[in-house]
Amino acid sequence: MRTRLQNWTLLLSSAALLAFPSASSAQLTTSDIQTRIGAESHVGNITGHAKDAALPYRRYCVGCHGPLGDGNGENAVWMLPPMYQQPRDFQLGIFKCRSTPTGTLPTDQDLFDAITRGFDRSNMPQWNTLTKQERADLVAWVKHFSPRWANEKPGTPITIPPEPEVTPERIKAGRDVFARVQCWKCHGVQGMANGPSASTLQDDLGRPIAPFNFTDGSRPKCGDTDQDIYRIFMTGLDGTPMPSFADNIKPEEAWDLVFYLRTFMAQKSKEKEIARGLGLKPVDPNAPVAQQ
Amino acid sequence: MRVLSSSLLRSTFRFATSFAAVALVLASVVLTCSQPAHALPAFARKYGLRCSACHESWPMLNYFGQKFKDNGYQLMNDRDAPIWQNPGYWPVVFRITPIWHRVSTGKVEVDTYAAGAPTGGSAIQRISSSGFDLSGLDFHTGGTLEKNISFYLLPSSDSTGAFHFEQVFVRFDNIAHSPWLNFKLGRFELDNLLSEKRILTLTGNGGVYQTYHFIPQGDGNIFGQIGDNQLGMEYLGHSVDDRTRISVSLVSSSDGNVNLSTTANAYTAFVAGSQAFDAGRLGVQRVGFYAMAGEASTYYLTTGGVPILGSGIGNKSFTREGFVGQFYAGPHIGLTIVTQHGSDNAWFGQGYGNAEATDGNGGTTCTAAPCPPNNVPGTTLNAGSQAPSWNGATFEGHYIYSPQLIFIGRYEFEKMSQQANGSGYGVGVTGPNGFTGPMPSNLGNISTYTIGFRYNPFMTSRAGLAWHNEYNWLHQDGTGPSLTPGVLTNLNTSEILMGLDFDF
Repeated sequence: MRTRLQNWTLLLSSAALLAFPSASSAQLTTSDIQTRIGAESHVGNITGHAKDAALPYRRYCVGCHGPLGDGNGENAVWMLPPMYQQPRDFQLGIFKCRSTPTGTLPTDQDLFDAITRGFDRSNMPQWNTLTKQERADLVAWVKHFSPRWANEKPGTPITIPPEPEVTPERIKAGRDVFARVQCWKCHGVQGMANGPSASTLQDDLGRPIAPFNFTDGSRPKCGDTDQDIYRIFMTGLDGTPMPSFADNIKPEEAWDLVFYLRTFMAQKSKEKEIARGLGLKPVDPNAPVAQQ
Repeated sequence: MRVLSSSLLRSTFRFATSFAAVALVLASVVLTCSQPAHALPAFARKYGLRCSACHESWPMLNYFGQKFKDNGYQLMNDRDAPIWQNPGYWPVVFRITPIWHRVSTGKVEVDTYAAGAPTGGSAIQRISSSGFDLSGLDFHTGGTLEKNISFYLLPSSDSTGAFHFEQVFVRFDNIAHSPWLNFKLGRFELDNLLSEKRILTLTGNGGVYQTYHFIPQGDGNIFGQIGDNQLGMEYLGHSVDDRTRISVSLVSSSDGNVNLSTTANAYTAFVAGSQAFDAGRLGVQRVGFYAMAGEASTYYLTTGGVPILGSGIGNKSFTREGFVGQFYAGPHIGLTIVTQHGSDNAWFGQGYGNAEATDGNGGTTCTAAPCPPNNVPGTTLNAGSQAPSWNGATFEGHYIYSPQLIFIGRYEFEKMSQQANGSGYGVGVTGPNGFTGPMPSNLGNISTYTIGFRYNPFMTSRAGLAWHNEYNWLHQDGTGPSLTPGVLTNLNTSEILMGLDFDF
């Protein structure tokens, strides 16, 4: 026989557990994550250890990415898409900026570069003030959130052929590629992020997302060298509507497209000068591809 | 016996299960309601970063925070301009600290009484006072006016509510897209790597760096205070990752006082440079230097013997220079060292330079002659007058248990290497600085240590609160009161302080 006090306490206990389900589920997730605390990263000759990143993560990252790495830090609710993208959910193990084919895990170097470079037009700053060791430790920490790393190997980085010389023909050829694979549908015919599909885009989690505007002086999220731009459309930005065009664009065509995209960008470039000399017009979305 | 035992066991079990159930309820509530641990919350709110991202412990910057500051309070993420902010965002923060403290001064000259009436004599005794108190109030506002144009405005009051502008500047950042080209104009803190404006301690003597404020006994140089915010302009350049930094400032030698009232016609230059190194698991280590060279007035034109504001001429020179090192031994242990060698012209050593005895707000406290010594035409220095010089150092160590808890320990010393009244100073001759004959070699030397900790019960990007506890002890040679003319005594003071330092 239970006493009256016992009945009340059991009732209150049950009510408390029902009222705060997130606390109990969070604990389960925490213990699950804890099993991977031995995760390591290898960046150059540096080995990063997840266990050594607990303090830096708590100091620098947890406000956005959350204690469980699920992107639900206390600031996440104020990062309203599409102006600000939500913090990455590390538990999913899906990353935009990779050197590896679409659908595969990024390399440790990819994650290290992302932490170092930060992401333009987001709340993710450049963490290049941290030591390389701290950044490598944080890479290992990021990896320990997702079971994917326990079961999969990172993809093999794509091969980027040497960059050819920029010529008027290549820029015109790049324009043809831009029309053929219909980049304009999202990015707009002048790269102003105003294509007919732009307003409808969502990421894999159903959140609004804006295509990259090549003309406003922003830096591409995954790096702003020619190689970086090449890599972006050949690997795709996983988790976003930006697919990989590795199956649609040949490597030499990819360089043509890089040169053509450079003509949109606000920064001075040889490509812009050539395009101006050619009097290159934007693609006509209504024209057959052969006539563009 | 068995029945009794069984009953006792049942009762005990019932109590235990009831207690456990209640504890479970309380624990559920506490665990669910408690938040993980939140510098300038205006910046934190703007960028959604916790205080700890930029601060070793608020308000002291870490390397990331230093880079953010060096970029003109920008993350350089293309969302720095105010046009990207919600129109309701207003970058204002207030900071104030209610405290309890106990101050003990070892020697104070007090009147003596007998039979309820003053005897006309005095005695030396210790005075200790304790009670609840309040710090001054700071209103920090800062941020960007446009991309790469930043500002800072800090109206600050003392604990009575009297306001002044502690810091005001506009800065042009990353000119020509180069982090090496940044300029600011206004009133600002000199580029001290160990920032006094971001000091972690709050007591009267421990709340400043003695090394930044040391002035020899009797010295009249109102400047030379590298810890005070100064009026002028600054060039700053830094590498993209902020590992390399250099700055050059040109400031009025007015010690930051406005209205051209003091030493209006004199300037001081301050240069600082540092280089940081990636030391792997030890962390980022930084070594640097600073040097200041300037002039300040010693002669003020007078009317009726009273100095005329802004008429300072007769400039004499002074210098301050030293090395800085910021070292880490992993994420938990940090040590910062600042050294200084200082030297003032012999005229300052004799008390010239503060003829206007500024009140700090552009006014003067000298409204009737005789005023402090004035280097009027024909004035000569007493034989044996020499340029005072000294050496000092600050050692500040931190144990960072977590972003929410930091322990602080500091030791500082300032030692005179040459006194203003040298050995050739006439015995029995009283100089304009108020000292008679040669000065003892240790007169004015300071030793002080401070220990304390700051605990932030929560850490978010919205507000800051630190439970602050601190103890400071300071010893100075020869500056205590004495009932025997010519006999100098040492002075010890101590303070213990506890407070709640908060900002929002």
